[in-house]
Amino acid sequence: MALQDLCNFQDIFQDSLTKLCFLGTFEKNTACDYVSSLSTRSSTSLFNFYIPAAEYLDESPIQFGQISNIQSSSAISSQESILSPSSLPTSLPFASSQSVPLPFPMSHGTTTLAFMFQGGVLAAADTRSSCSGLVACPASQKILPIHSHLVGTTSGTSADCALWKRILARELRLYQLRHGRRLSTRGAAKLLSHMLHPFKGTELCVAATLCGWDGGEVDDGCHAGTVIDLRGRGGTTKSEMTDQEKYLDTLNEKVSLPETQSSTFSEQYFARKKVSFSGPGLFYVCSDGTRLQGTLFSVGSGSPYAYSILDQGVRWGLTVDEATSIAREAVYRATYRDAYSGNCVDIYHITSNGWTRRTREDLKEEYYREKERRRHEGRGRQDVTVSE
Amino acid sequence: MEYLIGIQGQDFVLVAADNVAASSIIQMKHDYDKMFKLSEKILLLCVGEAGDTVQFAEYIQKNVQLYKMRNGYELSPAAAANFTRKNLADYLRSRTPYHVNLLLAGFDDTDGPGLYYMDYLSSLAKAPFAAHGYGAFLTLSILDRYYRPDLTRDEAVDLLKKCIEELNRRFILNLPSFTVRLIDKEGIHDLEKLTLGSK
Repeated sequence: MALQDLCNFQDIFQDSLTKLCFLGTFEKNTACDYVSSLSTRSSTSLFNFYIPAAEYLDESPIQFGQISNIQSSSAISSQESILSPSSLPTSLPFASSQSVPLPFPMSHGTTTLAFMFQGGVLAAADTRSSCSGLVACPASQKILPIHSHLVGTTSGTSADCALWKRILARELRLYQLRHGRRLSTRGAAKLLSHMLHPFKGTELCVAATLCGWDGGEVDDGCHAGTVIDLRGRGGTTKSEMTDQEKYLDTLNEKVSLPETQSSTFSEQYFARKKVSFSGPGLFYVCSDGTRLQGTLFSVGSGSPYAYSILDQGVRWGLTVDEATSIAREAVYRATYRDAYSGNCVDIYHITSNGWTRRTREDLKEEYYREKERRRHEGRGRQDVTVSE
Repeated sequence: MEYLIGIQGQDFVLVAADNVAASSIIQMKHDYDKMFKLSEKILLLCVGEAGDTVQFAEYIQKNVQLYKMRNGYELSPAAAANFTRKNLADYLRSRTPYHVNLLLAGFDDTDGPGLYYMDYLSSLAKAPFAAHGYGAFLTLSILDRYYRPDLTRDEAVDLLKKCIEELNRRFILNLPSFTVRLIDKEGIHDLEKLTLGSK
């Protein structure tokens, strides 16, 4: 088939069908069953993810481009430091002791944020690309769509983010073609995290939040037994479950375990498959290996400023307009205080119908509008004192 | 920054971990679970460097499950602890060591409860009680003073609460809530989350 030649895809399913008759209980032909049962055999790997690897990357990425021993030993080691260089702006970006000196000075300044609410997921980011004290581009795009229902905010090194987003988009598209359904946001986050893992400890810096909507996935329905939430939410009589938490409880993929110990192996094994769901998903993935699921994230040098605004105003029950205005205000306040964020703000809204993008708004206007408002308030107060 | 604690009783092990996932000075998540379920009666608590924790813990978790699939029975806690330590040791002198500190807690049907302390230099010690993190400096002496091998479940939870009170009083960082789990011959039980407001 043309697709096979294009993707270099061997028809593993056909070959393995005959070998899988020892698992007698399953009859279904869906791809996900093959994935789970193939994992017991180490010979074939279903996912051959191609990671771009030039010859110089065959050696350890840490050893790449070592110029001289003297240079490497005198540089500061950033491996042990608690504060990672990517999240706080540094005046002089320093190289870690084992890697090549940077070709030109880079810094990681940005403000991006994303949060979940009743109307879907909202992602916002500024548009300033800085490069050691200069504004390299005042109109860059920090929110990159990956597919129709998944958008990723980027922070860190722009080139790394753009590349890895494209690689992720390719892998997700291939998954969709092979399995007939979109990979969930959780799966995409795990995939990105595992693709970035070999580069841990190098200068690669990608801190992304993946915002997406998972929907319409086929539930293969072969789980049995009760569902146990392993997230330690015991004592429900005392803990207050807000609307948001209840929603998340139903959304979160739960592992179902059979109660009886006498069930056979294959039943137990298939019962461990995840329940698929439809709804919003928000994950934070960082090149240092962090992978977190949540309902509110902000990344970048301006993120502390944005967090303080968002923590005050974000609730589950926001309308779309309210959510947009709070996202815009959070980015605005961050750009006001942080030198490495600024210019305009991009806002993307993801719903079950996909993502929509607002026209880019210049934050300069917001600044002047606020100045006007302050002036009006000041005049109002003056009038009051005069009349008294 | 992160805190793990384990207390072994006569026929149970009580473990608790804080719920903060931090990135430099920001708390990114307040309800992060640092415990990984290796099997029906074994829990692995894992703290350390950002990506290493999840990568290593999931690797151990999947391998323990694979053992069960291949052989039809589960690894004992002692075997799982030694397997984990061996993997840590193998990676220690490689190009990519895992910087993780672990507590492995489990219940063996023949040997009873067990708590194993492992650190990033792949040392392994079976201990009646153990803690990881800066908070350990503050709480180990409390455990030394009040621990008895014949603690009941309630007494162990009270001892845990004493430790957390001390953390709230003297530890410079804010650790607002802790996930608490108990392992006994019936398996793993989730106990009530301990938060700042609880006595």
